[in-house]
This record gives sequence, structure tokens and C-alpha cells, in this order.
Amino acid sequence: MSSLNLEEIRRNINRRQQINKIFAILGLLVIFVAILTLLGLILEMVIDGHSRISPDFFTSFPSRKPEKAGILAAWVGTSLVMVVTAVAAVPLGVAAAIYLEEYARKNLLADLIEINVTNLAGVPSIVYGLLALGLFVYQFNLGESILTAGLTLALLILPVVIVTTREALRAIPNNLREAAYALGASKWQMIWDHILPYSFGSILTGAIVGLSRAIGETAPIITIGALTFIAFLPDSPLREEFPYISFAWLQAPFTVMPIQMFNWVSRPNAEFHINAAAAGTVLIGMTLMMNGIAIYLRYLFRKDIKW
Amino acid sequence: MAEELSDGVIFKPKAEVKNLNFYYGSVQALKNINLTVPEKQVTALIGPSGCGKTTLLRCFNRMHDLYPGNRYEGQILLERINILAPKVDPIEVRMRISMVFQKPNPFPKSIYENVAYGLRVRGENKRSLLDGKVEEALRGAALWNEVKDRLNDLALNLSGGQQQRLCIARALVVDPEIVLFDEPTSALDPIATASIEELMSDLKDKVTILIVTHSMQQAARFSDYTAFMYLGELLEFNKTETMFAKPSHKMTEDYISGRTG
Amino acid sequence: MGGQCPPTLSLLSLRPLRLCGLLYMTEQKTLPSKLVRNIREKSIELILFLAAFSSVATTVAILFILIKESLAFFTQISLWDFLTDTQWTPLFGDAHYGILPLLTGTLMTSMVALTVAIPMGTIAAIYLSEFASNTLREIVKPCLELLAAIPTVVYGYFALLFVSPLLQKVFPELSYFNMLSAGLVMGIMIIPFISSISEDAMRSVPLGLREGSYAMGATRLQTALKVVFPAGISGISAAYILATSRAVGETMIVAVAAGLQPKIVWHPFQQGATITAYIVQVSLGDLPHGTIEYQTIFAAGLTLVLMTLVLNIIGHFLAKHYREIY
Repeated sequence: MSSLNLEEIRRNINRRQQINKIFAILGLLVIFVAILTLLGLILEMVIDGHSRISPDFFTSFPSRKPEKAGILAAWVGTSLVMVVTAVAAVPLGVAAAIYLEEYARKNLLADLIEINVTNLAGVPSIVYGLLALGLFVYQFNLGESILTAGLTLALLILPVVIVTTREALRAIPNNLREAAYALGASKWQMIWDHILPYSFGSILTGAIVGLSRAIGETAPIITIGALTFIAFLPDSPLREEFPYISFAWLQAPFTVMPIQMFNWVSRPNAEFHINAAAAGTVLIGMTLMMNGIAIYLRYLFRKDIKW
Repeated sequence: MAEELSDGVIFKPKAEVKNLNFYYGSVQALKNINLTVPEKQVTALIGPSGCGKTTLLRCFNRMHDLYPGNRYEGQILLERINILAPKVDPIEVRMRISMVFQKPNPFPKSIYENVAYGLRVRGENKRSLLDGKVEEALRGAALWNEVKDRLNDLALNLSGGQQQRLCIARALVVDPEIVLFDEPTSALDPIATASIEELMSDLKDKVTILIVTHSMQQAARFSDYTAFMYLGELLEFNKTETMFAKPSHKMTEDYISGRTG
Repeated sequence: MGGQCPPTLSLLSLRPLRLCGLLYMTEQKTLPSKLVRNIREKSIELILFLAAFSSVATTVAILFILIKESLAFFTQISLWDFLTDTQWTPLFGDAHYGILPLLTGTLMTSMVALTVAIPMGTIAAIYLSEFASNTLREIVKPCLELLAAIPTVVYGYFALLFVSPLLQKVFPELSYFNMLSAGLVMGIMIIPFISSISEDAMRSVPLGLREGSYAMGATRLQTALKVVFPAGISGISAAYILATSRAVGETMIVAVAAGLQPKIVWHPFQQGATITAYIVQVSLGDLPHGTIEYQTIFAAGLTLVLMTLVLNIIGHFLAKHYREIY
């Protein structure tokens, strides 16, 4: 190398810088293509489907005539399933995360649970559907109901809730834990009075991200046998007379947004594809909204708390 | 109940450390410590970093129990009870011995709730009682005048020195018998340090103070007794002025004259 | 100083009286409240443990259900036939139960997807970790992650009704349902799985290593490729493996766009069914519980779980490995 003169060194540097620059452009291009696909996807949905989106679309049941068909049963079903999912997954996931982060000693059992959570996060969603079919539908006789669907999706997003909650708990500096202990707090007092309130924002964010994943899940719900043609609504949870509240809706058959969309997209009739695109637009809107809320909350809570 | 040092100094003991060994896993951090802490006096623990002074301090409120693998041998007697005994609930120890940490660590709650927390933990929720106690503690920590109009503000908005005084108030509100200070001024500027030091000298009429400090000047300025530690051992314990005037140990002399550490 | 007090005596019972009314006053009051606290603490810990353990229970339940139904299936169909028969026609009169057609479908779509996702995801990760400014990264990352947030049935629509017609203009022989467009779209979808984990792995490479490389006169790209990438390799391979597992288990894109005809496939232009698509197809019909047709989806599901399980476990240990290094 000692024979290199200044000229050659310069040329060498220039060449390497050139390659460097080409890669930078390539990197930008890749990201651009990925994001362009995302935008293209959204645009395609909106362009194909916007003509169908009207108030009637939200207030009509499915129909054999594409222009009369709507998503009433689907969005009501999705909302009710999400309620069940949230009620089941959030407390369970947060409790599990607290155990793993604050209680578990480093031992074989803790390792086993850890590996399990990671592994569950990677189990294909349709497998949860098979689990639910075998367990909830036929073993526990819960039927092909909103309850079954909600619980299935709850199991599905449990790893998401656990992982995000653990991250939130880990972000709380240890000196706050020590401060609480030094004042004579018991472990649970420390967690309840400090850890949970301080990590509330992040936990909420994680729960919303989890739910936004559940809202678009199709495969497990198909597996447990959600109907694709539902022309009625489940029982209202509110009653006129005492006790004013009813849980009959939990047992109702149902459909959800992604299934409605899947049903429409699988039909050969192109008119129904417009409905599918319209349903897809609404579905993307829901997902983006939930992710937007999550991002906003993250920003909000991060800004508020400086340790 | 009185203790006599070798050169005839007599004081009333508050707590007694007897043959204390402490291990982080297999590493021995404290070696056969014997120390009598005088009541209602300021006792400073000094020594080069890594000498075990903070480790010793954290034995007094069983902070080491929070992490697995830590092990005590020997005793710390507080009114004849060995607070290190496994049967003694560390929570009860911490209810009698409070602590102020190196870095101010107020809870991200209001000033009022920070101070009141120690009482709430003890099941005390009566507003009138809390109000009185909070005010008393904040006055005791020389913070009342600065914050009395904004007790519901977030504690994190206070300055570093104010935060540390808030942490002192938080430690005082439960009428502790001993307050442990772990280098309480190392994260503060000189002015805030001065006000905290002044506060600590005032406090010794009411409570026994045990303080770990990095700065010998600080130890010399306001502690009554000083213990010098080196490599996990307690080399020397005496009245502060005696120790600084004529240290009996070569290591101590080297350290306080700035030749080591 | 006297001797030690009996260890059973509560410490607080010997408190001076100045905290009366605020704290426990007498021994009678101390012992029960301490007991109550301990019982409460222990029961809370137990509840939390059960919650954490529910994840293990879920795994056990998944395996139990799949194995139970599969065993019923394998009492009628031999494992040999299952693995070697080249036809999968459980719903026909002449029923065959060979998993190979579904397996080739799954592998084909996954391969197409990974061919797209691995290079793109890796380049995006290197760019974001080593080249991009903080601001750009903060903007681009959530956008990329949105790719994984879009419901997969929407991707299915996109593959079938947008990408396929587009590709048909270039390759007229492409069928209406085909594995190429499903795989391509799936590849885009799993980019964030690769880019996020790889970027984390590369960013956790200590700055000192980079500085060492820059000090030798290397460019950013040389540093990235020769120093950062090899140092982060276990995390990056974890990302690849998890993405593979994701592609193998993906359902709706292939169910919508790749077709539902199980036959051994050799070319991505063909249509073909994946394991997941088959499960969807069967579930859409009304299959009576306990029949062999019902059991086929569990046997297919077990195959799927075993494939992803192996991938996930390898991925888990690789990821753990890189976290331990730095």
C-alpha cells in the first residue's frame, strides 16, 4: 500500500464515497417503496370503495344486492367482540407482566414463562382459532358466539399486552421503587401506588396497539365459525327494567368487519368488490385511528414525565 | 445505657452493629463491622469509593432484601432487637428508620402526596391529620415557606435542592428514629448543599442521623462522630474533631489528608 | 444492652408511644395487621403468578387440542401417507390426505415473501440504523410499522385486485389467483418485522466498534457492512427467522389471493393452497365435529405449529444471544 500516491488515495476515497452514496439512495428508495405501497394500498381502498360509503352503508344489514348491503352487523359485532377482548386481555396481560417484571426470581419457571410468551407471540393467528374451536366451542360449549371470539382474540393479543406492559414497567427508574420501600411500603403498595400509575400511559398505549391488531384479525374468527351473513343485531346490553344490564349478547352469533370484507372480496361479482373496498376503507380507518391514538398517547405521556 | 470510647468520650447508643458481614452473592462487601451509633447525633461514614459505606448504610433499613442473592451475617441491634434477623419484617424496620437517597427521587406526584405517602402507607388517610403532619414535616425540612402555596404542584417541577429537601420531609413525616442519608448532596450545587447541611445539623436534636458522604469537608463540617471504612472494614470510629485532629490509623490519616481515595 | 428479644415478637410492638394513634399501638393490634398484610401480599402474588402462568396454560391447551384431534386423525390415516401422498383431497369422494401440496404452497408463498422482505428489510434497517438522521428515523419507523398494522384481509384484497391485474399485464400467463402476488404483498407486509428487529440489533452494537472502523478511514457503508452488520448478526438472523415464521403462518393474504386448490406447485405463477388457506376453506363450510374432515384441519394446524415453533425457538435464542452480548 505504501506505493499509493496521493492521486490514487483520492480516487480510492472517491470511489468508496460513491458506493456509499449509492447505498444511501438505495436505502431511501427501499423505504420509499415500502411507504408508497402503504399509501397505494390505502388509496386503492378509498378509490375503489368511496362510492359505497354513505350513512346507509353503516346502517344496513348484508344483502344479496351489493348496492343495498351494509356493515351494520359487522361493526356492531366488531365493537362487542373488542369489548370482550379488552376486558379479558388487559387485566390478564398487565397482571402477568407485573408478575414477570416485579416478582419473578430468575429461575427455571420464570424462564419457561418468558420463552412461552415470546413463543405465543409467534404462533400463527389461525392456530388460536383452532384452539378456540376445540376448547371454547366444543369443550366449554360457549358456541360460535361473541364471547368465544372475544376470548380468542384476547389470547391472541395477550403477548402484545404483556410485552408492552413489561417495557413500561422496566422504564420506571429503580430509585422510585426504593423510595417507596424506604418509606415502609409493601411490595403491592409500591406497585399499586407508584408503578401502575406511572406506567399507566404506556400500558394504555400497549392495550390500544393490541386491540388494533385484534380488530383486523380474520383467520381465527373464521375458524371458530363466525357467520358471514347476519341480518340481525345481538341483544342490547341495556334493559329497561332491573337489573338494567344483560349479558345475553355474549352468546349471540355475530360477524365482524374483516369477515364481512373477506366475504365480499371472495365473491366473483365485481359489484361486491366495491363493498369489500368500502369495508376495507372503514377497517383501515379504524386501525389507523387506534394506532394514531396510541402514538399520540405515547407522545403525551413521554412529554409529561421526565424522571 | 452508655458507651465509652477508648479516650473517655461517653454517649448514649441508639443502634449497635455487631460482627456484621455482608455478601453480594459470593462477594463479601462488609467484613466484621462493629459500630455503635450514638443517639441524636450525626454520625458520618467516610472512606474511599467501594469501601462499603453505602452498603453498610443500606443494611440499616434492610434495602438489600430487595435484591436476590444478598446475605447478612451478624446483627444490628435496635433497642435489643436484631433488625437483620430473618423473622423481623423489613417493612417494620423501614417504618422506624427512613432514608434519603443520593439522587433526589421524589415521586411524580404532587408535593403534598409525596410527603403524605409515608403516612398513607401506614393506613392513615384522615385529611386533618395528614395536613398537620405534612406541614410539620415540610417546616422541618425548611421547605414550607417555598411550597406552601403550591402543595398540589408536581414535585418534579421543584429545583434539585428543593427536591432533596422534599425527600427529607418525606422521610421525616413518619417520625423516624434514625434517618439514613446516602450522599444526599452529591447531586446538588454548592448553595443547595449548604442549605441541606444546615438542615441536617438542625435535625439532630430530634433524630439520630447516619450519613454517608464522599466529602471529608462535609463530614468535618457538621458530623459529631465519624467512622472511617476501608475495603469493607471499619478501621476507625471516633468523635469527628478527634479523628480529624489525630487519626489513630495510618490509612485514615492518608485519606483525610487527601493522599488516598 | 440486653440480649436479643425472642424473634417472634414483632419489632413494632416495642415502639415508643409517641406514634400512638398513628401507628399500631399494642401488640394485639400489630400481629393481626401484619398477618393481614402478609396474607394479602401472598394472595396478590399468587393471582399475578396465575395470570403469568396462563400463557403456559395457553401453549399447553394449543398443543393438547391439536395433538388430541390429530391423534384421532392418524388412527385413520397413516403418518406415512400423510407425509408422502402427493394429493390432498379430503373433501372429495376419492379422498387423499397428503400434506405435501399444502406444504409446497406454504413454502412457495413464504419464499416469494422472503425474497422481497429480507433484502428490503435489511437495507431499510441498515439505512435507518447507520445513515438516517434522528428526525427521519422517528418519522419513518412508525410509518413502516403501520405496514404490519394493516389488517391482512386488506392486503389480500390489494394482492388480488390490484397487484395481480398489474402483474398480468407483464406476465399474461399469470392466473387470477396466484402465489406471486400474494407472496409479494406478504413480503411488503413483513418488512417491518425484519427492519425493526434488525435495526435494534444493529443499534445495540457499541459505538466504540463503529468509531474504531471510522478511525481506520472506512465509509459509513463499509462500517455498516463490515463491522455493524456482523456484530449484530445474531439479532438480524433472529429477525429473519421470526419473519419466516410470520410468512409461514400468514393466512388471509393467501386465502384471498393465492387460491384454494391444493396441488403440488413448482412455480409462483400457479395458484395453490397453503396450510393456512386450507384451514380457512374448511372452516367456511359447515363441518360436523368429530368427522375426519374436521380432524384434518387440526392435523394441518399441528404441522403449522411445529414448523413455526422450531423457527420461533431458534429465533428466541438468537435474539437472547445478541441481548446478552451487549
